[in-house]
Amino acid sequence: MNIIGKDIPRKDAELKVTGRAKYIDDLTFPNMLYVKVLRSRFPHAMIKDIDISRTKNNKGIVTILTYKDIPGVNVVPVVLMDQPLLAEKEVRYIGEPIALIAGEDKEATEDASHEIKVEYEELKPIFDPVLAMKRNSPKIYGKDNVFSHHRIRRGNIKRGFNECDIIIEHRYTTSYQEHAYIETQGMIAVPYEETMVIYGSMQCPFYVQDAVSKILGLPYNRVEVIQTATGGAFGGKEDVPSLVASQAALIAFKTRRPAKLIYSREEDIESMSKRHPAVIHYKSGVTRDGHLNAVEVKYILNAGAYSTLSPIVLWRGTVHAVGPYKCPNVKVDSYATATNTVPCGAFRGFGTPQITFAVESQMDELANKLNMDPIEFRLKNILRKGDRTVTGHLIKDSMELEKTLKKAAQIGWKIKKEESKDYIKRGIGVACNYYGVGLGAGGKHLSKAGAMVSVLGDGSVNFAVGTTEMGQGMETVLSQVAASELGIKYEKVSIVLTDTTRVPDSGPTVASRATVMSGNALIKACKPIKKSITDIAAKMLGCAPSKVKLANGFAGFEKKRINLDDVVSECFKEKRIMSAQGWYKAPYTSWNKATGQGKPYFIYSTGTNIAKVEVNLLTGEVLVKKIVAVHDVGRVINPQTAAGQVEGGVLQGVGYALFEEMDSRDGKIQNTNFSTYILPTSKDSPQIVSVFVEDPYPEGPFGAKGLGEQPLIGVAPAITNAIFNATGIRVRDLPATPEKIILELDSRQGKF
Amino acid sequence: MIKIKFTVNSEEREIVTEPTRTLLSILREELGLTGTKEGCGKGECGACTVIMDGKPVPSCLVLACQLDGCEITTIEGLSENGNLDPLQKAFIEEGAVQCGFCIPGMIMSAKALLMRNPSPTEDEIKEAISGNLCRCTGYTKIVKAIEKAAKMIIHHG
Repeated sequence: MNIIGKDIPRKDAELKVTGRAKYIDDLTFPNMLYVKVLRSRFPHAMIKDIDISRTKNNKGIVTILTYKDIPGVNVVPVVLMDQPLLAEKEVRYIGEPIALIAGEDKEATEDASHEIKVEYEELKPIFDPVLAMKRNSPKIYGKDNVFSHHRIRRGNIKRGFNECDIIIEHRYTTSYQEHAYIETQGMIAVPYEETMVIYGSMQCPFYVQDAVSKILGLPYNRVEVIQTATGGAFGGKEDVPSLVASQAALIAFKTRRPAKLIYSREEDIESMSKRHPAVIHYKSGVTRDGHLNAVEVKYILNAGAYSTLSPIVLWRGTVHAVGPYKCPNVKVDSYATATNTVPCGAFRGFGTPQITFAVESQMDELANKLNMDPIEFRLKNILRKGDRTVTGHLIKDSMELEKTLKKAAQIGWKIKKEESKDYIKRGIGVACNYYGVGLGAGGKHLSKAGAMVSVLGDGSVNFAVGTTEMGQGMETVLSQVAASELGIKYEKVSIVLTDTTRVPDSGPTVASRATVMSGNALIKACKPIKKSITDIAAKMLGCAPSKVKLANGFAGFEKKRINLDDVVSECFKEKRIMSAQGWYKAPYTSWNKATGQGKPYFIYSTGTNIAKVEVNLLTGEVLVKKIVAVHDVGRVINPQTAAGQVEGGVLQGVGYALFEEMDSRDGKIQNTNFSTYILPTSKDSPQIVSVFVEDPYPEGPFGAKGLGEQPLIGVAPAITNAIFNATGIRVRDLPATPEKIILELDSRQGKF
Repeated sequence: MIKIKFTVNSEEREIVTEPTRTLLSILREELGLTGTKEGCGKGECGACTVIMDGKPVPSCLVLACQLDGCEITTIEGLSENGNLDPLQKAFIEEGAVQCGFCIPGMIMSAKALLMRNPSPTEDEIKEAISGNLCRCTGYTKIVKAIEKAAKMIIHHG
C-alpha cells in the first residue's frame, strides 16, 4: 500500500490528546529564574532615566538588565537591522522592551516590573502610515519613514486605461489581525558549559540562533536552539521569537542560571507582530468584452516602529497585486512605512490577504459593471499554463486555477437575481487567488533545506529537518515521505525535535515551504540508504537491485517478499551506509527591482473560494453559511491533514472578514484580550466544503506544492462579495462589522 | 495559607497553599499535571478547562479556597492504564488535532458534555465547546470527533 495520498493519523496526535506533549511552559530546569520585560508606556519618547536602585534589592529579585548589559550588539537581526533588543535612548512604540527583570519566582518579578521608575520625555508621535510619508511628519526612520518600496512596471499604463471601456477606482483599508496562537510566546535559556541552549516555541530556530548569537556575542556553534511543541504560530512565531529568546538568553548569560520567559496574553497582543493594516488605492479597467487591460495600484502597509519582516511582506504583496490574472498594462507602487505603533510582521498569507481583498473586490465590481457573471468574467482573465504573470513569469508547470474555479462553481454557484422581501438577505460571492510557494526571489539566500535520516539496527527510523512542526502537520507529511521513500512502515518512522545542531540552516518555516523544501531534502537523504537496502535485499532475494520493490515494511521481487527488518539487520552486518544527509536548493528565481519583472517564485498554488452568507438588515450581522474552498496544491500527501489546513484557514479568513478588529488609539492597542478581540468560535464556523484538484508539480516531493497559507487568502473577499450580492453594500474596509453594515444601510435608507 | 483536601483524577490530595492561588497553578506547578494549559489566565480561551464536580470550569478562575472537598478530573485522568478515552481516540482518528494546545481543554469540555448528554446534536456540541478557542482547526473536525466519540460510547458502553 502506498501511503502517499492517504489519511494517515497524525504522528503527534496521541501525545497531544493525552496532555503529554511538552510545550515550553511545561518544562522547568533546576535553579531556574523567571524573567519579566519592562516595556515602554509611551509611543514615542526619550528615556531620561531608569531608576532600578530601589527595586534591585527587592526580595527575590536577582538582576535587572538594560541595553548597557548586552555583551554583543544591541540589534534583533531580520532584514534592515534597525530594531534594538532593549531600547537605548528613545522608545518608538507602546510595549517596546526597555529592561529585563529576573527573579526567583513569577510574583517577585511581576511586582518589581511595576516598581521600576522610568523617566520619559515625550516626543511627537506619528500613527498614520500615509501621513508618515509626508514631509512635515515626525521622522522615526530615515528621511521619509519608508522602510521599503517596490514597484511593477509592465506595458503602458496610460495607453492601457485609454483602451478600457470601464474603469473603476477605489480605496480599500484593512485592520490589524492578531495571530492569537493559543500558546503565547515563551522561551527558556539554559547555560550549559560554554553553550547557550535555547528551548522554546518557534517557527525558525535558525533565526533565533542568529539573534542570540549576535546579542550575546557568541559564535553560532555556542548557541543551540531546540524547538519544543509549538502551540500555533501562523507567522506570529517567525521573527519575534528572536526577541523572546534573546531576552531570556541575556538573563541566563549574565546569571549563569536557566531563565524562563513566558509572555502573558496581554503582553503578547500588545508587543508581538500582527498582520499589517493596509491602505490600498486600486484602479482597474476592462474592455467591453471583459478583458482586464490595465491595473494601477498604490499599496501602503503600516509597518510599525521597526522594519522587521515588512520589506518582504510588502514584496510578496506587490508580486500578487493583480491577483492570478493576465494583464498587459500594470503599474504598482508599494510602501511599508514607519509609525509609532507595534511592529507588524508575518501572518499566514504574508501581505497577500490585504491586496487580494482589493483585487477580488475590484474583479467582482468589474463583472457587475460588465453585467457578466463573476465566474465567467474570471475565466476570461485567469492565468493558465503558457501565460505570463504580471511580472513576466511564463507559467510552465502546475497551474490549475481554472479547474478550481470550475469545480467550485459546480459544487455551488447560483447567483442571486431576485430580491427577497425578508429582512434576512442571502448572497453568494466568489474569489480566486494564487500564492507563490517558498521564499522566492525575496528571500533567495534562505531558499535551501537540509535533512538527516538514520535507519537504526532494528529497522526503526529517525529523521530530522530544519523546518518545524507548529500544528500544520509537517511531521506527519514528512514521515509519510520518508516511509514511502524507504519502504519502511510509517509506524516505525519518527521525527526528532528540530534542533540547530542536527541539520544545517534550512531557512525559516514559512511561505508554505516545508513540504516542498524539507520533503525534497528528505528524499535526497533517503537515497544512499535506499541504495544500501536495495543492494542487500537484491542479494537476499536473488535478483538485480533494479528489480527490488520496497513498500510497507517489505522488500519484494516478483512473488517473493522478505521483511525489511531482516534486510536492515543484514545491512548493518555488512556495514552499509544507513544514515545520510540530504540537501535541497530551491529552483532559480529572479527579480528586477526597477521594473518588478522576473520569476519571483518557482511555483504557485492556486484556489477558489465561494461564500454563501446571510445578512441581517436589522442588526447588520453577517452569518457565513457555507464556504466552498477548492485548492490546487499539487499532489496532496495527506488529505485529512490538508483538509484540516483548509478548514482552519477558512475560519481565520472568516474572522479577518467579519470580527477581528484591533482597536489601536494613539498607538495603544485597546483590545489586548479575547473578550475584546473577537475570535471565531465553534458557533461561527460555517459548513466548509474542502476539495483539492491535483495536478502534480514535477519538482515537488511526490508532486506536492505548498498549502499552509493558501486557504485563508481568498476568504474575506469571497464573503464581502457575497455581502454585495445580498445587499448591494460594497465593503471596502475590513472587517465587515455589523456597525459598518448598519451605517451603510442607514445612509441609503429607503432604498430597500 | 490554608489547608485543602480534594480529589484529582481519583487520587486524594492534601495541600497547604495561598487561598488565592488558582487551581491551574496548583495542577501545573504543585502537582506536575502540565496537561492542563494556560492560554490567557482570564477565563477567555478555555485551554485550562478541567472537570470540577461534573462541570467544566476554567481552572484559571477557580481559587484554592473553593477547592476543599471537590472532585477534579484533568486530561491526565481521562485515559486509564493506557486505554484512551473514546474522545481521545476519536480526536486522533478524525484529525481533530493540529497544534494541540487547546485540545486538553477542548476534550474536557466535550467530556463534561457527554457525561450529561450522551447523544448531543451538532448545535449542542458547538454550544458546549464555544468557550474553548481553537485557532488551528476551524472546529470542523473537532465537532465530528465529538459526534464520533458519542457514538462509540453508546455502542460500546
